[in-house]
Amino acid sequence: MRSVQRACSEVGMEALVSGDPEVVRRADKLIFPGVGAAGPAMKSLFEEGIDEAIKEVFLAGNPILGICLGLQVSLDFSEENQTETLSLVPGTVKKFRFNRKELKIPHMGWNSVKLIKKHAVLNQIEPDDEFYFVHSYYALPENDELVYALTEYEHEFASVIAKDNFIATQFHPEKSGRVGLRLLNNFSEWSG
Amino acid sequence: MLSKRVIACLDVRDGKLAKSVKFVNTKDIGDPVEKAREYYLGGLDELVFYDITASSDHRKIMLDVVESVASQVFIPLSVGGGISSVSDATDLRMAGAEKINVNSAAVIDPQLISECANSIGSQNVVLSMDIRKVQCSALCPSGYEIVIEGGRRPMGLDALDWALKGEMLGAGELVVNSIDADGTKEGYELSLTRMISEAVSIPVIASGGAGNSEHLFDVLKEGKADAALVASMVHYGDYTIEEIKRYLSGRGLKIRMSW
Repeated sequence: MRSVQRACSEVGMEALVSGDPEVVRRADKLIFPGVGAAGPAMKSLFEEGIDEAIKEVFLAGNPILGICLGLQVSLDFSEENQTETLSLVPGTVKKFRFNRKELKIPHMGWNSVKLIKKHAVLNQIEPDDEFYFVHSYYALPENDELVYALTEYEHEFASVIAKDNFIATQFHPEKSGRVGLRLLNNFSEWSG
Repeated sequence: MLSKRVIACLDVRDGKLAKSVKFVNTKDIGDPVEKAREYYLGGLDELVFYDITASSDHRKIMLDVVESVASQVFIPLSVGGGISSVSDATDLRMAGAEKINVNSAAVIDPQLISECANSIGSQNVVLSMDIRKVQCSALCPSGYEIVIEGGRRPMGLDALDWALKGEMLGAGELVVNSIDADGTKEGYELSLTRMISEAVSIPVIASGGAGNSEHLFDVLKEGKADAALVASMVHYGDYTIEEIKRYLSGRGLKIRMSW
């Protein structure tokens, strides 16, 4: 959380860390970074009433950025703890399964991101740019049109998805050096 | 495909940089925050701070260092040295460390690994192992033994067994530090790194012995490490992070070359 807040401040965006649904509703822009596992994360969003607040912000049209688990809980369902998630974007989340032992899980470290569609938040992200990932599950959106970037780890998976005023990255822009800061800066200038 | 990582390790004592040679005769070499920022801008993939502060009164200085680095350096930040409880780990996480390295205290109480993993997530718990070569014996069948207290105290614990146990307890990554190679600048201990890399299914960071870029290439290729740790090679200005990465990329490894 605080690393996202620090990175926001580096690009001149004031970010407030809050678990209060009223603060979430009033936000001009929303970032939900998400940590830990899908089950406990959804449980705490539900208990605090933040799940409804996020859905309202989405319907109201304010820009939303999901990061890592924030991307995963935006779909309908996650294999992780067999969890019903927010349904901002149609699709499911699956665990990486590999036969080769050299492929370690979590997928952790720097990897390339192949942009397949233009998006204001992805402006000036170049083909050689890499981002920092840490995850064991990946998103499978129902519709290919929602996929804006792909990353390869044994097979390709969606590393950026977007729909209307919502965009989410499987990687951590706040830990991805100046390229990541550029993405956050783009988000700060994006009107949804 | 994941890139191989180049990680710089900064030893910090009482809030200042220090670099040891074979763990003795440490001397100050500058300001950790400034050095961290320089490496970050030069293309470093990850940063490790090792707190070698002897007295516990000075521990909070480290939290301040971590805090200032975290507000200026936007790559993963890992901190180790003297972590003996979950609250040490969570304090450092709050200050801005991504990953926590446990070492001696985990050898003495292995449950520390699982407690930290439960509290901050496996992927953020790094088990750092100081290892020396010994005669193969019933106690150390792999021929490598775990030592603690900066290399001074042999534990009669087999390094390979400990690596596997650490993984089972929830470590998300391993640092394989050869104290025989540490500070020699003659190259990483390849056979040790490879033996552990092939045995576990979590990432392995090779440490100890880097003197030139070819040493990194060898340990990432032959040693099968996922990442290589450098210290004095870059601290004294003999090499820059960019030079090392350019070399590794030129030899055909996948390396992050845009920053």
